[in-house]
Formats: sequence, C-alpha cells, structure tokens
Amino acid sequence: MKRLLLMAAAFAALAGPAAAVNPDEQLRDPRLEARAHELSRTLRCVVCQNQSIDDSDAALAHDLRVILRERIAAGDTDRQAVDYIVARYGSFVELKPPVQGDTLILWFGPLALTLLGGAGIALHLRRRARLAAEPFTADEEAELAHLLNSDAPKTGTLKSGGPA
Amino acid sequence: MKRFLFLVPALLFAGLLVAFGIGLTMDPTILPSMLIGKPVPAFNLAPVRPGDQGLARADLGGEPVLLNYYASWCVACRAEHPMLMRLRSEGVPIHGVDWKDAPADGDKWLQDRGDPYIRVGNDQSGRTGIDMGVSGVPETFVIDKQGRVRYRHVGAITQDDWANKIAPLMQRLKAES
Repeated sequence: MKRLLLMAAAFAALAGPAAAVNPDEQLRDPRLEARAHELSRTLRCVVCQNQSIDDSDAALAHDLRVILRERIAAGDTDRQAVDYIVARYGSFVELKPPVQGDTLILWFGPLALTLLGGAGIALHLRRRARLAAEPFTADEEAELAHLLNSDAPKTGTLKSGGPA
Repeated sequence: MKRFLFLVPALLFAGLLVAFGIGLTMDPTILPSMLIGKPVPAFNLAPVRPGDQGLARADLGGEPVLLNYYASWCVACRAEHPMLMRLRSEGVPIHGVDWKDAPADGDKWLQDRGDPYIRVGNDQSGRTGIDMGVSGVPETFVIDKQGRVRYRHVGAITQDDWANKIAPLMQRLKAES
C-alpha cells in the first residue's frame, strides 16, 4: 500500500501541468514567451468558454495564441496585446473581468448586498433593544397581570417584540 | 407605507427570479459583436472560385448585404446551405467567406451544392474572421450601405431567424441613406 502511494505521488509529480501551447507556436526569446504564456492564461477561449486559450485545443485558440505572440514580438505591452483581442471579441474574453460599467454589479454587488443586509440587521437589533428598554404602560401592566392570572384568551394590546 | 415593508424581500426575490429566468433562457455561447455600428475592417481575400476576383472590403457597401462565413468542414453550414440558396434565388445579395479552409475545398463545396454568393473570398489563415470576431462557422453579418456591421448572426440561419430578425433589418437598411 505504501509503495503504491509512493508510486502515485511520483507519477503526480512527473505529470506537471499539461500545456496546449505547441512547440511551433513558442517565441524564441524565453522572456517574451513567458509573458505571452502568462497572458494566454488570462484569456478565455471563445469556442470552449471555460478554458483559457492556453488550455484549449480549439483551432481558434491556437490562432489567438499565435496572434498574441505576434503582438508581443512586435513590441506591444501586455495591455495592448490583450486589448487587440478584446477589440475583436469583447471584454468577455478576459477571464478576470475588468472593472467597467457593465461589470459593476459583478464586482460590487456582493459588497452592496452585505452592507444592505448588515444595515437591516443593525436596524432590527436597535429596535428590539429600544422596545426592551421601554417600560410598560399602565394598560399593558394591567393586561399582563390579567393574562398571568387567568386562562382567558388575550385581547391584544401587548406590543409585539416586547418581553413575553 | 411601513405596513408594506415586509413585502420588500418578497419583491426582491421576485426580481431575482425574473433575472434568472431571463438569464437561463439566453444562449451563453452567443457573444455580442464588438463591431455593431462600426465599419468592416479592411481585408482583401484570395478567390475561392478559380479565376475569380475573390472578395475585398471595397466590395461591401452601396446596398445592404449579407456576409456569410462558411467552411467545407462545417456541418452546420450544410444545414444552412439550402437557406442561402433560397435567399439568393429571392434576390438577397450575399457575399461569402470560406473560413479556415483550403480554396479547393471551398470551391468543391460550391460546385457540389450550389453557389449562393455574389463574391466569395478564401480566408485560409482565419485572420479576417478573427478581425470580425468570428468564433465559428456559420456566422453571418448584415452590412449596411455605408459598409458598417449592423447585425451578427451566430449559427445557421433558420426560416425563423430570417423572417423575424434579418429580413426586417434588411428592409430598414434599404430605406436608410
């Protein structure tokens, strides 16, 4: 069993991340290639949408990898190279969506909901504390005494939310 | 006013249901085109038909046209082809781009099945398609008189698509100056 586990671990270590980048696509300059590789992991393949173009085996992903490398080799900055593809396929291809008009809900929606919910809870707690601190009126005292001393159905002037 | 405050969460939930209902019935594989309202990028494509003049950016404009991307290896294009033939026989102007395909294969396709195109160019590298934001074939663009992209249709054109979306748009574009 121990040997089997060891073997499994060895194979797992050997496997490494499978790269769809074919040798013929790679740039000669390792620094440029590293940049292109990093960028291609952040771009969505429009054919198989939940893979990056780095992972995807689709023909279009291959073309986009090549184009990305052409832009990098031509001296584009990372942003310019990505923008070149975004100009054609839209910001949807960025796996990490940029903060812009149509992604505001995506970025800040959870925060807004948390604040809204927090405000609701705070209001509720404050109201409960206030009601608990408020003394009963004479009428309420009378009804309470009546309820406690009889089996009669309650008539209902007791404030809800007050101490039962 | 305060009496109805308890309805707020229910209304919010109803709103969410509507949003999800709309979202779930949309096809997430169809992405909006970046080119709507913008001029078709420059291109100049080699011919598919031997001895023909291919298709260039300058051929677009003047009158509203369809620009149809197809390929001989594309199964959905087979389903779409009879529709294109019908439209052409009804006088709808269609240009074609043979995308990521050998010109000889693209030509054989036209010879075997019929040729619905006025002009047709070969985009073997696929670059013209990428400039147009094509994610696969078939895809069809509606180009207006000024040579601007007005609509992008992903997938085969069905009778329904034609009657309800594309034909009315072509009519409107014809009326534009």
